Amino acid sequence: MSKGSQNIVDGKLHPSGDKRFRVLEATMKRHQYQPNALIEVLHKTQELFGYLEQDVLLHIAHSLKLPPSQVYGVVTFYHFFSLKPAGIHTCVVCMGTACFVKEAASLLTAVEQVAHIQAGETTRDGRLSLSTARCLGACGSAPAVVLDGHVVGDQTPETLRNQVKPMMDQPQYETAI
Amino acid sequence: MDLKELQTLAKQEQAILNAPCIRCCTVGGCIAAHALEVKQQIEVAIATQPLTSPIQVRGVGCMGLCSRGPLVRLDPAGILYDQVTPDQAPALVQSFHASLQPNPLEDTPPIPPSPHSQPKSQSSTLPSPSPYQPQHHSFFTLQHPIVLENSGHIDPLSIKEYIAKDGYLALYQALYEMTPSEVVDQMTQSGLRGRGGGGYPTGLKWSTVAKMPPGQKYVICNGDEGDPGAFMDRSVLESDPHRVLEGMAIAAYAVGANQGYIYVRGEYPFAINHLQTAIRQARKQGLLGSQIFESPFDFRIDLRIGAGAFVCGEETALMASIEGKRGLPHPRPPYPAESGLWGCPTLINNVETFANIAPIIRNGAAWFAGIGTEQSNGTKVFSLAGKIQNTGLIEVPMGTSLRQIVEQMGGGVLNGTAKAVQTGGPSGGCIPAHAFDTPVDYESLTRLGSIMGSGGMIVMDQSTNMVDVARFFMEFCMEESCGKCIPCRAGTVQLHQLLTKIRNGQARLEELDQLNQLCEMVKQTSLCGLGQSAPNPVLSTLRFFKDEYLTLVQDLSPDDDGL
Repeated sequence: MSKGSQNIVDGKLHPSGDKRFRVLEATMKRHQYQPNALIEVLHKTQELFGYLEQDVLLHIAHSLKLPPSQVYGVVTFYHFFSLKPAGIHTCVVCMGTACFVKEAASLLTAVEQVAHIQAGETTRDGRLSLSTARCLGACGSAPAVVLDGHVVGDQTPETLRNQVKPMMDQPQYETAI
Repeated sequence: MDLKELQTLAKQEQAILNAPCIRCCTVGGCIAAHALEVKQQIEVAIATQPLTSPIQVRGVGCMGLCSRGPLVRLDPAGILYDQVTPDQAPALVQSFHASLQPNPLEDTPPIPPSPHSQPKSQSSTLPSPSPYQPQHHSFFTLQHPIVLENSGHIDPLSIKEYIAKDGYLALYQALYEMTPSEVVDQMTQSGLRGRGGGGYPTGLKWSTVAKMPPGQKYVICNGDEGDPGAFMDRSVLESDPHRVLEGMAIAAYAVGANQGYIYVRGEYPFAINHLQTAIRQARKQGLLGSQIFESPFDFRIDLRIGAGAFVCGEETALMASIEGKRGLPHPRPPYPAESGLWGCPTLINNVETFANIAPIIRNGAAWFAGIGTEQSNGTKVFSLAGKIQNTGLIEVPMGTSLRQIVEQMGGGVLNGTAKAVQTGGPSGGCIPAHAFDTPVDYESLTRLGSIMGSGGMIVMDQSTNMVDVARFFMEFCMEESCGKCIPCRAGTVQLHQLLTKIRNGQARLEELDQLNQLCEMVKQTSLCGLGQSAPNPVLSTLRFFKDEYLTLVQDLSPDDDGL
């Protein structure tokens, strides 16, 4: 198991000094450790840690007095939650209807070819995660893609390839803004 | 806060609202087109240029014409500029400033709109005003903004600007001049129907909850806008969040609830942010929380962030999600009005429905009932997208024809001719071009095998294959099926496989019948709205575009398809 398990002893101690646990604790406290706050707590956890590690999930289950199976069930039910860490860079191709009729599928293929991964996967070196979204609501600039959190619209396979390639070898995505 | 304070605040702020101002759209699609940089450069230009008369800069909500963002409007003249780039900011500020100076020699009218917008490559040249001026272009003139009346005109992060536009006045009127049952009566008389897609009469829903015995009741705002291609709710929440809060508070007063939840998609960070700000501001002003307007009425609103499950747009699944569980629907009855959130009577309405409440209270039910058609009153917000010239957000009176929307407002299809319009997302259907004269209202769209839905309108041209479209939506439903009931869980998979087979030209003619039968079965026997409506895109394309299926089916050439 990873070091997370040593961090959480009784829900209060964080020997590693990892401040993220303190924020997590404060979030659960704000919700008075109510079981119905599970989704809110998971949102916060993913925001803090980037993904949902099993140890952290057990800790949450314990704190909110929920069976671990229910926590795991909720995590796997919702698309937003991830049990695996994401890559350094992220590329989310919108597959909403407006983007679909404007050939978003060709954008996805373009990235898949450049990165040699399928949607939902991360490159082996952990540089890039590729995923799809069900409508970002940016239909006015379809087809749209989210690169490292920035929505870029009116993409073609060409323009997208040119933006994704540098992400695969540079540590920071600099072309945005 | 009392009425006097509200009115004083409104008057103060109105003067500021009417002063010369550069308003930049800073939500949604415009942000993707670098609207924030444009606004920043305008601010820099104002700070660095020697100006004799003051010019304000404000970030505002959606102005509608999303495809031509970033949009900037010079007020009070209301001249719209589109596709503004950051380097045009200095020239724009300069010319706006010059136009504000009194000119003794001639009365310079606002710059007339030019037919073509300038190429955007030159640096710091003055852009020409957009060819789409709000006063002239049919994209704007055919609209009837009620829900979007403040959208693009006020700063969504400022409660004062909302108050200046008569905000929270309706809540005051409801609390002090009406009894709860009078509020419900107003809703019934207005003929407002649920804008989430079903079209259930709002007044009837409210009165059901109001009639439940007193005790804990809840009001929920459904902002889980899951339909791909629909972004109306996002836009309303981003552009005018207070309107939704006010509508919810009035609803809570009418039905006797003291706690509200807004369930909003996690994919909408700006909407979440604007709502959080709005709730905080309203609480600070005493317009939410305990003793609203110093009356005995208490109402709190909390935000719940969705986690990406389409089925959570279904009301019972949404409530399960608020309770922190997996978003599984349960059979109705009991309806949420009787037994909803934590088993308490719950009123659940869509964002756009709540956005209609305050204007109805302010202007009266008769005013609202006078807009639209006989059975569908009021207006509807649509997000117009797809292969069309002008994509964006429009609000039209019910009964406007699809042709008007597509051709006059949308400016027609990009290249070629329109083939169909898809409404209602994965639960709706495709309306063929020959039926474009149909008025858009709940009944007419249902007759065509589609639904009003939440308001996504995707225009498709001749290059779009309708079997592909049907397959696309079926794939969506298959992935989003929660798995609770078998017809939906297994049926969507089978339907998707059949459609894939047809698409690849491996299906036989008999399998079209099978497809039809399976569609009917899934439709009749699924537990919730997701499964019941999942076959709609297939059925409607089978109805209007059967030739496309037939050309793909084996042993049949396109010539003898019999249609």
